[in-house]
Amino acid sequence: MADALPRPVPRRRLLVSGLLLGAGTAGAVDEIVFHQLLHWHHFYDRASGAAGLVSDGLLHAATFSAAVAGLALLADARRRGPFPAVLWWGAVLTGAGAFQLWDGLGNHKLLRLHQVRYGVDLTGYDVAWVLPGAALLLAGVALLVRSRSRPAPRP
Amino acid sequence: MTALLALLVAAGAGYVATTWRCRSPWPLARTTAWVAGLAAAAVAVAGPGAAHADLHAHMAAHLLLGMVAPVLLVLAAPVTLALRALPPPAARRLSRVLRSAPARWATDPLVAVPVNAAGLWLLYGTGLHTAVAHRPALATLVWLHLLVSGYLAAAAVLAVDPAPHRRPVAVRALALAGGAAAHDVLAKVLYAYPPAGTAGAEEGARLMYDGGTVVTLVTAALLWRRWYVSREAVRAAAQPA
Repeated sequence: MADALPRPVPRRRLLVSGLLLGAGTAGAVDEIVFHQLLHWHHFYDRASGAAGLVSDGLLHAATFSAAVAGLALLADARRRGPFPAVLWWGAVLTGAGAFQLWDGLGNHKLLRLHQVRYGVDLTGYDVAWVLPGAALLLAGVALLVRSRSRPAPRP
Repeated sequence: MTALLALLVAAGAGYVATTWRCRSPWPLARTTAWVAGLAAAAVAVAGPGAAHADLHAHMAAHLLLGMVAPVLLVLAAPVTLALRALPPPAARRLSRVLRSAPARWATDPLVAVPVNAAGLWLLYGTGLHTAVAHRPALATLVWLHLLVSGYLAAAAVLAVDPAPHRRPVAVRALALAGGAAAHDVLAKVLYAYPPAGTAGAEEGARLMYDGGTVVTLVTAALLWRRWYVSREAVRAAAQPA
């Protein structure tokens, strides 16, 4: 390859950027919509005990830190030349879907840290939380697979 | 408290006097950051939040002194200023001190951030904060500790001043996130199990959580912004390996 041509951005950096931003954004949306706006979850529900306190605090710090880092890596990838948008969007959707599935199945059901909502039948809420997560994850993986067969655009 | 205020005034006067002696023009933004940082600390120490009884008011003071002031003071790059303004022999001595093992330890993000977080847990998690409320000398020490350990943590993460063996940006970002997590968990614990004899614990804990999030977000943005414009990152982007 001639040195004069800008080479494509390293795949790994774009993957990391997209996954961080996707998971971070999904976490922030969860926090802002359900905790702050709807008040479905509580700051602390007095039921989930020490594990819930620690996991919620950790998750909160991890998600917003991941989103900031993902944005910085995205900015860096953009200035490096041709930008494989399919790969990056695939990583974003994969990150968001993985977070939502893990939150819906792991946090809510396996660890029972907190529920989507209290005092109502949960089945509908759980389905409405887990299914879009799975859809996001599938769409993300599909885009990632497609980005392999379609090389980055030339400038 | 008076001693601490005198210390803050002296720090401000010392910085401004040093900028006059600086061999090259010193950015006004940095002087402004230094004065603003000291002002934030002074408001925290002398303002209404200094009353320990109410956790809500106290937390506002804690955020100003332990988080806002340190970030502003770090952005003022006092070590760079000293290195530029001091006569060469003194500047060499200062840089030798900065390279010494204890100084390297104190400004390593993997040490400074955990020490800062551990101090917070000790202060609020063990009831030390209520114990010192009635002992002005101890309270002054605690204020000073909050400011100094907050400064060291922010300096280690943001790395504005020159430091030998600086940690990579990912390590510093992770240290910042870890510190934020410790802060968040402590806020939740204070909310769930408020210390005996404190009013306004729930509001105080929420303020600690939300305010801590805002300051950490700003710090993370500053950290990554500095990385984005750093010489190494720009060079790497120009010629990808």
